[in-house]
Amino acid sequence: MTIRKSVLFACGTGVATSTVVSNAVVEAMKERGIQINASQCNAAEVRSKLHGVDLVVSTTPVPKDLGVPTITTLAFLTGIGKADVFDKIEASLRG
Amino acid sequence: MANGLAALLDRDCVAVKLTADSAEDVIRRLASKLEAKGHVRSTYAQAAVDREAKYPTGLPLGLPENVAVPHTDPVHVLSPVIAIATLGRPVDFANMEDPDETVPVGLVFMLAINDKDRQIETLQDVMGLIQDPEMINRLLAADNLEDVMAALEGREPVEEDDEDDD
Repeated sequence: MTIRKSVLFACGTGVATSTVVSNAVVEAMKERGIQINASQCNAAEVRSKLHGVDLVVSTTPVPKDLGVPTITTLAFLTGIGKADVFDKIEASLRG
Repeated sequence: MANGLAALLDRDCVAVKLTADSAEDVIRRLASKLEAKGHVRSTYAQAAVDREAKYPTGLPLGLPENVAVPHTDPVHVLSPVIAIATLGRPVDFANMEDPDETVPVGLVFMLAINDKDRQIETLQDVMGLIQDPEMINRLLAADNLEDVMAALEGREPVEEDDEDDD
């Protein structure tokens, strides 16, 4: 059964890298039966965009005390460790 | 060349074996090419330098020479374009994921993007390139613009006296 989750994708400008990461994660999670409602922002805005968000995926450091699970990763930009991070994201969303 | 990249690459905004002193130097020199071609506002260079200082764009690939993707807010962009520099010698950029670390960079893709939804294909192409070590090596080895374009277009290097319809 498909589950629905809300993920906030963050990067420095909220334009370039988070777009690529968002696309990669939404596609991969669809294959794993998780429908993602994706939103995007820049790193400075993260705290104000957390309403209803299940997970934050960021390419740049974000505050540690957001109160929402956060994964900071370059895997979808560099290709290094991509499969592991997909597993981590899935585990967090199903957890 | 992947279609998304081809759509936004400007040959006049490619620098081969650029000798630069610092990440800021690389950003300013690529930005001045973008500005000269009317792709960005005069505010782009400083904005890209400031953004790099706060949110760096060095991507560690585990290679001797890695990649950086400097960019800044869409408000400074007039027409979307990708600029590329291969560096004569590596320059340190800070690591996007951990700004306290530095990454030696030999290849720079400057992303002047103003509509992420329309330019997603280009962004994906750039990231696809970054994930292809053979392509990185070919770009780093390129001696001139033709070598760079041949690599991006997936052509063999052009031999002397060899006509190429591309």
